[in-house]
Amino acid sequence: MELLDHLATGFGVAFTFQNLLYCLIGCLLGTLIGVLPGVGPVPTIAMLLPITYGLQPVAALIMLAGIYYGAQYGGSTTAILVNLPGESGSVVTAIDGYQMARKGRAGPALASAGIGSFFAGCVGTLMLAAFAPPLTEIAFKFGPAEYFSLMTLGMIGAVVLASGSLIKAVGMIVLGLLLGMVGTDVNSGVARYSLDIPELTDGINFTVIAMGVFGYGEIIANLSKPAEERGIYTSKVHGLFPTAQDFKRMLPAMLRGTALGCSLGILPGGGAVLSSFAAYTLEKKTRLREGEVPFGQGNIRGVTAPESANNAGAQASFIPLLTLGIPGNAVMALMVGAMTIHNIQPGPQVMTSNPDLFWGLVASMWIGNAMLVILNLPLIGIWIKLLTIPYRWLFPAIVLFCAIGVYSTNNNTFDVWMVGLFGIVGYVFYKLEMEPAPLLLGFILGPMMEENLRRALLLSRGDWSVLVTRPISAGLLLAAAVLLAVVLLPAVSKKREEAFIED
Amino acid sequence: MQIKSQRDFAAGLLFVVVGVAFAWGATIYKVGTAAHMGAGYFPLLLGVLLAVIGAGVLFKALVIETVDGEKIGAWALKPMCYIIGANLLFGVLLEGFPSLGVPAMGMIVAIYGLTFVASLAGDQFHFKEAFILATILAVGSYATFIWGLNLQFPVWPSFIAG
Repeated sequence: MELLDHLATGFGVAFTFQNLLYCLIGCLLGTLIGVLPGVGPVPTIAMLLPITYGLQPVAALIMLAGIYYGAQYGGSTTAILVNLPGESGSVVTAIDGYQMARKGRAGPALASAGIGSFFAGCVGTLMLAAFAPPLTEIAFKFGPAEYFSLMTLGMIGAVVLASGSLIKAVGMIVLGLLLGMVGTDVNSGVARYSLDIPELTDGINFTVIAMGVFGYGEIIANLSKPAEERGIYTSKVHGLFPTAQDFKRMLPAMLRGTALGCSLGILPGGGAVLSSFAAYTLEKKTRLREGEVPFGQGNIRGVTAPESANNAGAQASFIPLLTLGIPGNAVMALMVGAMTIHNIQPGPQVMTSNPDLFWGLVASMWIGNAMLVILNLPLIGIWIKLLTIPYRWLFPAIVLFCAIGVYSTNNNTFDVWMVGLFGIVGYVFYKLEMEPAPLLLGFILGPMMEENLRRALLLSRGDWSVLVTRPISAGLLLAAAVLLAVVLLPAVSKKREEAFIED
Repeated sequence: MQIKSQRDFAAGLLFVVVGVAFAWGATIYKVGTAAHMGAGYFPLLLGVLLAVIGAGVLFKALVIETVDGEKIGAWALKPMCYIIGANLLFGVLLEGFPSLGVPAMGMIVAIYGLTFVASLAGDQFHFKEAFILATILAVGSYATFIWGLNLQFPVWPSFIAG
């Protein structure tokens, strides 16, 4: 059994008392910082990266794995408790997770996110060990046309996610894509839409948009309601852990999310981002059981599925990272940075030339994941206590964390002005019932989409039909068209609006 | 012609204006052809698309009947001004505003400023409560960000720290 040999090698390297301790410390620090509203996994890892410099490569990577999982889970915690997604993956988690928290079910939401992540992480690790070599072959088949079509499919999926008007949601995606265009064009070096402001030549920060629209926009919207109607959270908290009923609903969602995450995550460039959106869309398409809460109002499947998918996707995105050297997201890009500091160049050679390290890393991802569950399930009670803080104390603190969070990413007050601007924009979106989640997805995928479209059309000499003549690309676009048609069918769209009317 | 949905009308208008602005801005850059896209090609395409979508939303807002006219309603200007104001004040106090001659006051002063102004956005404002909250946040932030994470923030006013 080659698979078991590989894993045995990995665990042999990773499983020492010292490494476990590093992993625990990393996980604890990652959670503590990641849980601060306004500090997502990317700034968390960036802040903590320097403390791993002095360690041995394997120990450093294991500690980073702990930090990564801690930060990721900490980010989901804030998404669920205060509706502040620190990164793109938790945008979806926030939709139902926050509603659960408002209804006093923050405990089950947090537990299901943790359990879903852990399960997905276990499957992802096994998959990484078993299929890393053959799966790279599939990734090689993906050309620019396929990537473009895949992203189109992902965006259509995000539209189905949005509540209310479909056409407004499509508009928000396009608006997000346009915002993603701000900054220097990689091909020509032209600073687009920078308005002669030097800071804008680097583009708009993801955190600035997320904090402004979700943080400030939400706070202003909440404060505009009279205190009695605000009802941020109910004071009654029903149980810390999911009930047997919850588990029964979580299990299939967890399996579907994991499967989606594993398959989308292996695609380099945005696969992991799409997987949480895709998983949520899939859950929404499955029939609601009797007595189940509709999606958007606190359905536990709406938390478990995207969290599982996100984690499985992150795990699977190590395949393109380690085989092609392409980081799937900003967090992976930081991991590459950390590896380079320890003289490890990610790429196909790692697996053959340095098998100890490769399999040690795979094992350490699993250890980090396990550590997280051990550490965080007991902590859920403490996180929930945070909810009992009166809102008039909580919101100035959130404003402060947002301001400090955006400032610390670049140590630049320009981002502080920008987050204020996007706060106003976020409130306008709220007043006009324009969903911000699709905008964020468009914003992240915008530059990648342009790049792949450019390459695809360059290779086809300007012939747009390349998008439909290549079979995989055509299949993806067809799936997007079918998805759109399903939503546009009047009967379904009526049901969809019913399911999504906010309380 | 009557506006059937105020919210959609405003949203559609916003899409059209932003779409046209981006498309118009794109023409400044080299547009190129499909085979050799310039910096302006993709944004131009998206800008036009957004304007078309906006027109669709406008059309819907003018034609499809709604129950209550989907009024936008009053804007909560007070919380908006205080929250955004608190945010801007934080930036100004933290690093100063040299062109206006405002010196950098550092993180601690900035936290007190932000907390007080942000607290004004709520329905009730108690000076003592805001002061205690600001102190907790200032101590907590110092412990976490400066002492714990060693972030390079200006902490104290520039004329004291030098």
